[in-house]
Amino acid sequence: MDFNHTDDRRMLADMASRFVREQYDMETRHKYAKSEQGFSPETWSQMAELGLIGALFSEEVGGFGGTGFDISVVFEELGRGLVVEPFLANLLAGTVLSTGKASHTSLLENVIGGELLLALAHGEPASRYTLTHVETTASLRGATYVLNGNKAVVISGDSADQLVVSARTSGNIDDPTGISLFLVPANTGGVHVRGYSTIDGYRAAEIALKDVSISTDALIGVEGEGLAAIEKATANGTLAVSAEALGAIEMGIEMTLEYLKTRKQFGVPIGKFQALQHRMADIMGEREQIRSALINAAGYLETGERDWHISALKNLVGRSGRMIAEETIQMHGGIAMTWEYAVGHFAKRIIMIDHLFGDVDHHLAQIIKLGRAA
Amino acid sequence: MDLNYTPEEQEFQNEIRCFFNAKLPKQLSLKVKTKKRLAKEDQDQWHKILNDEGYLNAHWPVEFGGKGWNAIQRDMFDVEANAAGAPRVVPFGLNMLSPVLMAFGSKQQQEHYLPRILNGTDWWCQGYSEPGAGSDLASLKMSAVRDGDHYILNGQKTWTTLGQHANMIFCLVRTSNEGKRQEGISFILVDMDTPGVEVRPIIMLEGTHEVNEVWFTDVKVPITNLVGEENKGWTYAKYLLVHERSGIAGVGDALASIEHLKHIANDQKKDGKPLAQDPMFAARLAEIEIDLAAMRTTNMRVMQAASEGAPPGPEVSMLKIKGTELRQSINDLTRRALGAYAMPFVSEALDMGSNEESIGPDYANPVALDYFNNRKTTIYGGSNEVQRNIISKMMMGL
Repeated sequence: MDFNHTDDRRMLADMASRFVREQYDMETRHKYAKSEQGFSPETWSQMAELGLIGALFSEEVGGFGGTGFDISVVFEELGRGLVVEPFLANLLAGTVLSTGKASHTSLLENVIGGELLLALAHGEPASRYTLTHVETTASLRGATYVLNGNKAVVISGDSADQLVVSARTSGNIDDPTGISLFLVPANTGGVHVRGYSTIDGYRAAEIALKDVSISTDALIGVEGEGLAAIEKATANGTLAVSAEALGAIEMGIEMTLEYLKTRKQFGVPIGKFQALQHRMADIMGEREQIRSALINAAGYLETGERDWHISALKNLVGRSGRMIAEETIQMHGGIAMTWEYAVGHFAKRIIMIDHLFGDVDHHLAQIIKLGRAA
Repeated sequence: MDLNYTPEEQEFQNEIRCFFNAKLPKQLSLKVKTKKRLAKEDQDQWHKILNDEGYLNAHWPVEFGGKGWNAIQRDMFDVEANAAGAPRVVPFGLNMLSPVLMAFGSKQQQEHYLPRILNGTDWWCQGYSEPGAGSDLASLKMSAVRDGDHYILNGQKTWTTLGQHANMIFCLVRTSNEGKRQEGISFILVDMDTPGVEVRPIIMLEGTHEVNEVWFTDVKVPITNLVGEENKGWTYAKYLLVHERSGIAGVGDALASIEHLKHIANDQKKDGKPLAQDPMFAARLAEIEIDLAAMRTTNMRVMQAASEGAPPGPEVSMLKIKGTELRQSINDLTRRALGAYAMPFVSEALDMGSNEESIGPDYANPVALDYFNNRKTTIYGGSNEVQRNIISKMMMGL
């Protein structure tokens, strides 16, 4: 066993950390979030140059990482800055694309270079967190597939050049088989994208597909067998947002600790009060639990124990993350309720991450379903 | 990062598994696994087997006859020991007094006491807490007054675990009332056969005799029994508290307990189906398993840092809190898994070979007892509230 990062990975973390610290203060972040695209294309290019996108993908598809620890290291740093650039969307869609044929995987080079933006359009208005629930259909007509359906809360769906879309080519709404994946240029006729901001400052879109005609070349992988790729992408994405949550948690705790030392009431720093001290001690303990679950999930990402550890992680992030987010606000008091003070923004992100890829209850149910593998 | 054991660690795990297979008496592990009462003879038997193999003090430094095991190795041993159903080794002499003697004791004390701890001649107990000094240990009052070549001890210690079996006790005593309270405390070794020492049992809420009061009335102790310097005892006791990281989370015990709980939950029926399949129960169990998997890794992270020589920090207290709360939640769910059969209690049936039969399933009898008994874990060893104080002091310096 070894809980130390390799030198390469430590350098990656340091680089991401420095970038966020030096060029991504909260004011800048809000400015990017409120801009028309909802992020800064220049910053995205800079981050691509630094290799932060490449770190998310394996060498086979042109990256230089792609393991659980690469993903978690990068996203933890992104979480510390509440970075709004579309890392998550490109990780998700890129992971699916990397299971495709050469003409698809070769596109990842452009993703890694920051020139091509992708998004994964999988979830639907009625799917909740069930990955097999796909109502969107794709019917083969000659040499084209025709797609019809609605995709919900597509992360960064409004900035993507190309969409990775799941659609049913056979079977019933919840069947594990019969789901196919397609690469659809966002400007294809019949693709209607309604972009919007999320409450925590990120971008997403509702996407309606009305008689969208695409060539059979757009099929990623084997027809009807897309679920495994979606599961893989979702596992990567869950790991990523959990790491992001941990970064936000670290920031929230640092800020709260500092505040307890400096804020005076009743003539003393409020950290003198045991009622606050013990709660601080508890949230620091929970943070360590989350970090451990993150290490487990990253370490088992490519094994048969992936799903158990991913669900364990996400349950803990949802459960303990909520406790930490709420406590960082409560211990600060009124100041944390203001837009101007950063701690509330970290809390918002931590809480909203519970709504990505399954919340506390969803993952508890997954754990029960899987039984204990280890 | 690598979550897999190295080849060396795997080999080590094999070695200790083979040992438990070959050397742990079946009768003894059956007693432990079925939670029967352990007699002093059981403890002594296992103590000797471990000592014969060099495992008893494997965590001691090589210069004191140990194998110099690091924290990871100790932890692996603890997990395997619990899985095999080995009795818990009584820690007072071996893990609590010995490191203090090695660090601060005289050559004579080391040469006299350490071998006797290993060969079982001495059974040590701990004299720290007093009726008026619990969480506020530094307020202890038991006095040691110098009289020629002796100290005269007067006062009372309490919560003395297994003091009824012990022949020796290490005590924190007050040798000065000057200055800071902590600076008037000394660390002294007392032969319990000395006139004036009296051990009185304390029966705990669940009816077991585990702890005692120890009274000292004009007890004459040679000054050679003082460890280190007079009035430095607090430092020695604290040294122990911060350096004893291994086992504090109780991972081995938690893993064995959750396996036991699953066995019960699969055996118990609700509406004709195994209780384990009841959604409410399954959810509670799943949550514990999630927390335990994370704590196991938290524990190994701390152990690795310890093995690499990192100074102890607040994570030791975090492990104590998380470890004890988690084990209590396992005890709690195990109790609930039994339904009404958590209530019957046949004390005699806790003795191996007793003719008295327990009521309900075989595993039911000790479950509520364990639940009540383990309420102690969040109180002893620095209550969890004291641990939270320690964490915040370290983190905030306030």
